[in-house]
Amino acid sequence: MSATVVTVTSGKGGVGKTTTTANLAVALARIGKKVICLDGDIGLRNLDVVLGLENRIVYDLVDVVEGRCRLRQAMIRDKRLPELYLIPAAQTRDKNAVSPSDMVRLTDDLRGEFDWILIDSPAGIERGFRNALAPADLAIVVTNPEVSAVRDADRIIGLIEAEEKGPARLIINRLNPVLVKRGDMLSAEDVVELLAIELIGIIPEDENVVISTNKGQPVALDGKSKAGEAFQNIARRLNGEAVPFLPLDDKEGLFQKLARMMRSGGN
Amino acid sequence: MVMQNKQAVNIKGIRDGLLITLGEGEWPELESALYQMLEERAGFLNGARVALDVGNHILRAAEVGVLRDRFSEKGIALWAVLSNSPVTEKNAQALGLATRIHTPRPERTVRSLDTNLGGETAILVHRTIRSGFKISHNGHVVVIGDVNPGGEIYAGGSVVVWGRLKGMVHAGMDGNEKAVVCAMEMDPMQLRIAGYTLTLPPRRGKPEPEMVSIQDGRVVTETWKAKVR
Repeated sequence: MSATVVTVTSGKGGVGKTTTTANLAVALARIGKKVICLDGDIGLRNLDVVLGLENRIVYDLVDVVEGRCRLRQAMIRDKRLPELYLIPAAQTRDKNAVSPSDMVRLTDDLRGEFDWILIDSPAGIERGFRNALAPADLAIVVTNPEVSAVRDADRIIGLIEAEEKGPARLIINRLNPVLVKRGDMLSAEDVVELLAIELIGIIPEDENVVISTNKGQPVALDGKSKAGEAFQNIARRLNGEAVPFLPLDDKEGLFQKLARMMRSGGN
Repeated sequence: MVMQNKQAVNIKGIRDGLLITLGEGEWPELESALYQMLEERAGFLNGARVALDVGNHILRAAEVGVLRDRFSEKGIALWAVLSNSPVTEKNAQALGLATRIHTPRPERTVRSLDTNLGGETAILVHRTIRSGFKISHNGHVVVIGDVNPGGEIYAGGSVVVWGRLKGMVHAGMDGNEKAVVCAMEMDPMQLRIAGYTLTLPPRRGKPEPEMVSIQDGRVVTETWKAKVR
């Protein structure tokens, strides 16, 4: 086994990086892949909360890097999905406790045992982002259909290209089809046109996400909600399957168009 | 003598008020001719915004200050001092005065066909300029790709974007008003040519290739034709 390291990033905060990381991990584990999540947001950890594993933390990523524990001791196994693991971030330290080369070393130690290593990047373009990006084979940029989030995503995509980690893939999170139809929200097409990278998923706005995040039960666990289904589809696309985009409420024309844009890829 | 000097003081209206041009001659004589003119035409000049072109004369900061005071005594706002001398420009700037106005001198409006492009340099940027990235070059800049919002291009010469221009472009950044900006889709956040700044209204309808240039002191946007200007 040799894992693919995926870094989930966005530039702007609050667009749903952590939720996306948790749900992608769950969705990949549900289709039988062995997955480990690393929380790169040292000092502001919450991937453990979203996954519902916070009460099981003994050691964290900084403990591993600084040699206070073995790698295995910091790996928390999810009881619901035995193929899913988490290495949490330290809460009492900051981004400078880890270097990009530490992250590369850590992921190299894990590659042999997993199919997917997902890294949740912190917001911003500083050290924490560099740490999260350093070991990446693939970068996924999460954005919301809002001008400010798209602007930051554009910046991040540029930085990913500059680090030669490109081309990044795009997930548009919290798209509200009703607002788009009214012309009050950027459409997925608008976002893809500007960012010009390959779209691998659109997550519709769904109150189940908030509810499940608070409970520590990612929506992708049951896959019954729209958002859960969308995450499941992204997981399958990451595995190389061609999965059509979910019809939200829009006319089919848009999605056919998007599918065409996806096939042609970005640059 | 006095008569001659009076002719050396010219007034004309420009978009930003009045332009007073001083001709050749000894500075003290020009100065007194200027003051005499201020007296004679006090009524006309009262309340005016004036740019003063001093030609080749080198003025010390104190002299520029005196000029400004004399103008303001007559109720005239001196807002710019134009000069061919960098020293004078610097001194005027030190006093907070502009040293460029947005109107070319009449003799420059007759544009000859400039085919002498041989010696000018350009760089070709074959990628999308994303937010946070900046291209800066003394010559022309050609981009094959988009310039996204938050991306910036600074060029001494012209800027050509073979794609969507949605970021910021400053062409002719050293004051070259002949610089133009072309894009397949002209929708910049802000566009500057030499000392001019413009923000275009949001586009409506189908985008078409456009060119922005300075013509007779005005910013002109026109359909981009593959013609040599």
